[in-house]
Parts: sequence; structure tokens; C-alpha cells
Amino acid sequence: MNEITTIRPSTPKDWETDQEVRWCPGCGDYAILKAVQRTMPELGVAPENTVFVSGIGCSSRFPYYMETYGFHTIHGRAPAVATGVKLANPELDVWIITGDGDALSIGGNHTMHLLRRNLDCQFLLFNNEIYGLTKGQYSPTSREGTRSPSTPFGSVDHPAKPCAFALGAGARFVARGIDVHKNLPSVLKAAHAHRGAAFVEIFQNCIVYNDEVFEPFTAKPNAALGQLWVEHGQPMLFAGGAKGIALDRERLTLKVVDVADGDWQGAEVIVHNVTNRAIAHMLVEMPFGPFPMALGVLYDDPAPTFESAVAAQNRAASEGKSADLQKLVSKGQTWMVDKEPHKL
Amino acid sequence: MATAAHTLTPQEASAHPAPEAIVVRFAGDSGDGMQLTGGQFTLSTALAGNDLATFPDFPAEIRAPQGTLFGVSAFQINFGSAQIDTAGDQPDVLVAMNPAALKTNVDALKPGGLIIADEGEFGQRNLDKAKYAANPLEDGSLAKWQLLKLNISQLTLDAVKPFGLGNKEALRCKNMWTLGLALWMFDRDRQPLIDWLKAKFAKAPELAEANIAALNAGHAYGETAELGAMGISQRQVAAAPAEPGLYRTVTGAESISLGLVAGAQLASLPMFFGGYPITPASAILHTLSRYKEYDVTTFQAEDEIAAVASALGSAYAGSLGVTCSSGPGIALKTEAIGLAIMTELPLVIINAQRGGPSTGLPTKTEQSDLYQAVYGRNGDAPVPVIAARSAADCFDVAIEAVRIATQYMTPVMLLTDGYLQNAAEPWKVPDMSAYAPFPVTFHTEVPPEGEKFQPYGRDAKLKRPWVKPGTPGLLHRIGGIEKAQGSGNIDYSPANHQAMTNTRRDKVMGIEVPDQAIEQGQAGGKLVVVGWGSTYGPIAQAVRRARSRGHDVSHVHIRHIWPLPKNLGDLLKSYEHVLVPEMNTGQLKTLLRDQYLVDARSLTKVSGQPFRIAEIEAAIAQHIGADFDQEVPSDDSQLPSPEAVNP
Repeated sequence: MNEITTIRPSTPKDWETDQEVRWCPGCGDYAILKAVQRTMPELGVAPENTVFVSGIGCSSRFPYYMETYGFHTIHGRAPAVATGVKLANPELDVWIITGDGDALSIGGNHTMHLLRRNLDCQFLLFNNEIYGLTKGQYSPTSREGTRSPSTPFGSVDHPAKPCAFALGAGARFVARGIDVHKNLPSVLKAAHAHRGAAFVEIFQNCIVYNDEVFEPFTAKPNAALGQLWVEHGQPMLFAGGAKGIALDRERLTLKVVDVADGDWQGAEVIVHNVTNRAIAHMLVEMPFGPFPMALGVLYDDPAPTFESAVAAQNRAASEGKSADLQKLVSKGQTWMVDKEPHKL
Repeated sequence: MATAAHTLTPQEASAHPAPEAIVVRFAGDSGDGMQLTGGQFTLSTALAGNDLATFPDFPAEIRAPQGTLFGVSAFQINFGSAQIDTAGDQPDVLVAMNPAALKTNVDALKPGGLIIADEGEFGQRNLDKAKYAANPLEDGSLAKWQLLKLNISQLTLDAVKPFGLGNKEALRCKNMWTLGLALWMFDRDRQPLIDWLKAKFAKAPELAEANIAALNAGHAYGETAELGAMGISQRQVAAAPAEPGLYRTVTGAESISLGLVAGAQLASLPMFFGGYPITPASAILHTLSRYKEYDVTTFQAEDEIAAVASALGSAYAGSLGVTCSSGPGIALKTEAIGLAIMTELPLVIINAQRGGPSTGLPTKTEQSDLYQAVYGRNGDAPVPVIAARSAADCFDVAIEAVRIATQYMTPVMLLTDGYLQNAAEPWKVPDMSAYAPFPVTFHTEVPPEGEKFQPYGRDAKLKRPWVKPGTPGLLHRIGGIEKAQGSGNIDYSPANHQAMTNTRRDKVMGIEVPDQAIEQGQAGGKLVVVGWGSTYGPIAQAVRRARSRGHDVSHVHIRHIWPLPKNLGDLLKSYEHVLVPEMNTGQLKTLLRDQYLVDARSLTKVSGQPFRIAEIEAAIAQHIGADFDQEVPSDDSQLPSPEAVNP
């Protein structure tokens, strides 16, 4: 795809398909779909060069509703399919749509390797902390004690932390958003602007099987104290600027500090730096409760991408060589038979 | 077998001294370099113009404990002045580098055959490890064979002394000393090997020189040590008749890789190969990863599932997607193969079969994944299946797999096995201009205003269009959920699922495959021996021998396992008896019975070893009620008994 295509200006409507959306009424997925469709016209990309690849689960129906190319694959394997798509055609803009079970349970292995390889794509993990499509079993991100059809007495295993997992796997972009929050498009835009695997965890409410599980920080009255929206170069303030995040130098951890009269410098509130991996690690490990939920772009420090490295090596190894098939089959130690050795 | 070598006519055969064939087996510790020795001997044999077939047989452990029975690695080569189809039933010569190698291999040796043993390795410790109560080189237990005991270890140490190597490194040259002696025995030129050693050890010239010295010493030993007095003389095996042209040796893994590259070029597609290391399939990944200038991208995935899923993703994006594995890996790929069937994307899946189930026998050969290939998926999930018969044949079969996949938009399963992967044979280098291209045309035509693009619209062959993402005006979504005929929209309705299931079946069953040919014999008659895959060699030889005795036996070898050739049913029904030798418990036999209601009978073998000609001859004799005067006695002594290996 080397010809230059002029991108037609589009509206969110242009990114909608004629397919009937089949999520439960009130599902957070609707809000995410709208946010993505609102974001696309602002990215300067052509629908025909855009591919949505998904796995299995409620979230993974997403590609059917995007007027782009789309591949609804099998459970957990979207990252692997997307890797093949991107290696075959690096010009394509690849979005992976997945959920907590798809990406961290059955597909955990592929998620890890996609991130460490740093394939250029947007990886949107809809985290609802439950298995929706299979009717409500607990998921790898469900909190301890989650009662579900498969854990009637409460789950006993420790939940996975998606963003911590992503950083541990070597992700170079980690962000968080909330399905219904107005900031989601800006998080998606930042993810798209990042060259490499952009990991975005989106808290998504499952209205049927896990309703209000994120209310402690998403509900209007809880938002101020429960949400810390970080921004590069800005102090980490929340509660309308009355509180901030500072470094506890003795214990080398983060701490919540009170900010009086806007004097965040005096309170030693940290200024967010998206390229600081150490801060990112601390932000994703911040326990909710004593701390607010860190949201927005937590980490963004690009590195060379997998598909560009593969393409560069393919180019370098091919340099000065021809694709002469006859030459290839004639390689190695050969010998000529001039005539039938047995004379009749 | 050299595929281009023609079969001797009776006139040709009588015009010459009886064609000669010799079987040599090199056996030693897995660290003794027997595979390398065998490989180099193979090359020298090919350069001498003999036809040949080889059988590398090695343990699953990379370096099994030294001197143990289970750590023995062997390489057998059959070469001669006539067409060679198998690696040989029984060796004429056994080179045994230690007691364990002798014990596990000597029973296979022909009576009167020659044993060359390194007596330097027959100390008490090694005898104990091989569970010998007494030294077999001394106690007369090898009396029915000719025994040449040499202290190869000491002779090698003496030969390489000037190079100042440590004892361990010096002893590593033992295999070259042995090879030198073998080259003398068969009057071979040492120069190609010397050139090869110089190139291999370019960075360590002293190692090159030491190995060359060992090689020369072994050769000189043959010349000077009056071996003639012991009845051992030099033998010259005349070159085998072969069509004029350029030849090389290939293993199945090389041949398949070349065939895939050729197939991709003939289809005008870039190739994407997703693989995950597994024995014995990895060699294809290794080979292809060096062919980048042929528009080949190789990807070592994190697991078997990612290997096939990435290949499918690449196919979606417009590449020739290829993946390969062995049985356990194919099992893991199964769900993604189902997705390829549902989304009707081209994909080539190679299964280098090995002994199963589960981990089974990783380095041993078997043909027991036929059911898996034809039937082994959830749902009604038809996949075309084809099988290669020889290392050289892998080339054409790989091209055929690419052709079917791209011409019908379907995954294709290509079956080889551990024997084919590793075995080497001479190959007449094909003239690539003789292959007709089958270029893929991607669909780019935008439907007229008011009409919607039909991603599941079909042509006369029931093939759906292949659209690359990036194509304007043809945006669409595909996936694993049942979809409506034509539009491809999600559709769970009963009539639609019935129709789509039928269509998927009809498309695969409608694939054009060549009519079944008869290898030897004719339609109709007393007995037909039906084979598939790597059993070609022993079946062809056994049938040839039976026919030369005047028996009414034909040979049919099936390449297209699914769908089967249209004339196959009538052909099989034209014979009184149908015998199906397979390295499994009767899988093709069951398939043939199911498809044609023919009374096919099995000859089965799952010992991890290829069939011997004699075994098939015996089965033929039984089926036609003849009493063959067998030139090669049929017994199972080729295989070490389980007790011998695991006492």
C-alpha cells in the first residue's frame, strides 16, 4: 500500500455498520463503541486501511459494528491473528478488541508476547471483571470473594492486574479509561498516536452479571476522590486539587498528600512523566481504596516495533540477492549426470 | 529413490551384471557424530552416481548418557547401481562405535555381514552399560558375522597427535577416521569431504586439519592393513542409471521448503510461515528462515496456536499462510484450522507425523495422524489432505497444497512423517519453467451503487472472493460464527446452517484431483497393495519382487487422501483383494472401507521404524496364497527388542 490515499473526512456515522448491535441494553460496550466511532474521524485514517481483530466474548463482537475490515477470531488468539495481519501488511492500522477473560485467561500467553514484541497496534481490553457471554462466572480480574455460578462460596484466587501485567510483559504504552467517561476518546487518541503496542484497560460495566462493580470510583459522587487522571507534565492531583500523589521517600512508595491552597509544589506532588517506567509501575500497583484509581496515559515511551524490525531484517537479508527460483532449487552440492551410465 | 531415475527394463537388467546394492549402518553414541558421518557418506555416495536412500534413527535425547543402550544413534544408507526405493532391510555392514551400538544393532545385520567395531570402547565400563556379561568381540558370540575389530579410538588419537588437541577433542575425530575407512571400502573420492571440513572449520583450522588427518588415516589404514587377508576388499558399486541432468540430495524438510517457496511464486504471493519448534518438523522453519529474498517471512511464534493463528492472519491480509508441526502441535492448532474452514481462507498446514499419542515417540516415524487430518476437528469441518511419498516428492506435493489452498480458499493439510523429514535422497533438479503458474487474483471490484459486496458470494468452484484489507469499497467482517450465504452476516438460522455446511462440504469434495494412477500392474486382478505416504519405497520394491516372480499384484499409491480421486472406488473394486500397509493400526484401510465398502485388509506396523520390504512381501504372499521362496528372511530382528533396550 504505497500509493498515497487521501483520507476523506468522515463522521462517527461513517464508522457504523448496518448490523444490529447485540449487546444487553445498558452494557458499557455501547459507550466504548460510541467513543471509538467518535474517535476514528479525528485520527486521519481510512476505513479500508483499518482492521479490527477480536477474540471471543461480549467485547469481541465489536468488529461487526465497525465499518472497517474486521476479523472475529477465536478465544484468546486475537493477538496472534493480528500479528500475522500486521506482519503481512504493516501499512494496516490494527486494533485488537479483547476482554479480561480473553486477554488474560485463555489468551494470556499471546497478550504477553504481543506486548514484549511491541507489535504496532491498539490493544483495548474491556475489563468487566466477569465472564459475560458464558453467563457470569468469575474471571481472572474478579476480586477475591466474587460469588458467581462457578464460585458459589466466593472466589479464592488473587486477581490479575491488567496494567501491571502489561508493564511486566514489556509494554511501552499503558493507559486506563472508563467506558462512559468523557476522557476515553483522548486516551484512545493517545494510544493511536503511539507507535507500538498500546495497551488500554477500559473499565466496562456488565449490567447483567457484575453491575456497579466499579461504582466505588466511577459513580458521580465517588469520582472526585476515586479518580486520578494523570497527564504528562502535570501534577498528580485529584479531589478537585485538594489531594495529590507524592513519593514516600522513606518507604519508596507513593502516598496521598493534602494540598492546601493549590500549593502542590509545597506538598511535593509528583509531576507525571509518561516516559518514567518506575512511576508507571507504582501507579499500576496503587491499591484502590487507600489510593484513587490512576487513569489516563500512565506510560508512553515508544521503542522500535516488531513489524518494522522484521521488515528491516527481511530487507537486509535480501539485499543484492535475487528471487531466482531455479537458482534456489539448484543450490547445495550438485552433480551432473551426462548420460545414462549403463550403455545398452 | 531418485524420482527421475527410471525403472530398469528386463532388457537393461539382463544386459549388465546384476545390479548391486549395499546397506551400511553407522551406529554409535548420540555424541559420536553418526548423523554427520552418515550425511557425509551420503553425499559421497551421491557424487559417485549411486542411487540411494537413507534412514537416520536417533534418540529423542540430545546427549543421552554416554554408552547407554537408549543413547544409540544410527544412520543407515542403502546405495546401489539400480533404483533404490528404501533404506534397506538388513545392513551388509555395521559400524559399531561402542558396545551399546553393537548390541542394539547387530541382530539386524545380514548373516555373514561385516561388523566394524571400535574395540577401544569395549572396556568393562561400557560393556556394563550395554549389559554385556562378556566382551562380545572376544567370546565368539558374533561368529555368524565377519568381525573387524580395530582400536579406532587409539588409531584416531595417534593420527591427530601432531595437532595438540585435548583427549576429548581428539576423540571427536573418531567418526572421520571411520568415514575414511568407509570411503576406502567403497573406493570413494575424499576431496569433497576435505573441502567440506575446511569450510566447516574455517574459523578453527587446527580442527579442520585434525579431522582431515583422521579421515586420511582411516583411508590409509584400509589401503595398507592387508584387510584383504580377512576377506575384506574394496568394492566398487557402479553408478545407477539416471536421466541426464543436474542432481542434488534433498531431505523431505528441504524439499517441502523449496516446494512452498515455488508454490508461493507460482501463486504470485508473498509467503508467511508461522512455526513453533517441534521434532521432527522444525527443519522446515530453519530452512525457510534463510529464504528471505524469496519474499518469505518466518515467525517463530510463542506456541503452536499462535503459529497457526498468525499464519491465518497473514492469509487474511493477503499472504500465503503456512504453518507446520507434528501431531501434538497439530492438535493444538485444531481450533484455528476450524476458523480457517469457517472463514474460507487459504492456509497450508504441514504435519510431519511422529509416533503418538501424546508426546509418543518424538524422533520416530509413524503415519497415525490420518484420522486427525481427515476427521479431527469439531463440527463438520472438511479439509483437503494430501500426502508425500518420498523426500523428493515433497516438492511437488507442497506446490499442490498451495494450489489447492489458493484455488479453493481452504486450509489444506499436507502429511509427511519423521522418516521423510530426515531421509535424504538424490533429486533431479526440476526445471522451474515447466511448472504452470496459478496466480491469485484478489477481488477488488466494487459492486455497483445500491448493491452490497458479498464476501460469501461464490464462483462455479464454490470459492469465495479473497479481498485484502486495504482494498477500498469492500469493507466487510468475517469470523468464526456461522454466516449467511452471500452477505456473510451472522446468521444462526437452521436453513442457513444446513446450506452453509453443505456448501463447505461440496466445495472440498469438488476439488479437482488427478485420477488415481497405478504404479505397477493394471486395473483388475488378484491383489492390489494400496499405500500412502512414506511407505512408497518398501511397497514398490515388494510388489516389484512379487511381480518378477510372476504374481498378479498391483501397486496403487494415494497422494490425495481427501477428497479421494474419483476413479479410486471402481479401481479398488476391480481387484479380488486389497491390502493396505500402513504405519498405524489401519487408518487408511478404515477410510477406504467407509468410502467404498471394499474389503480392504491391513498390514500394520507401529514400531517407530519404516516397513521392511520383506514384511510387505510376506503379507503379499499370504494374500495371494503363494509360498514365496524368500530371498530376505522375514523376521523382526531388525528391531532391538524392548528387553534389550530396557532390561
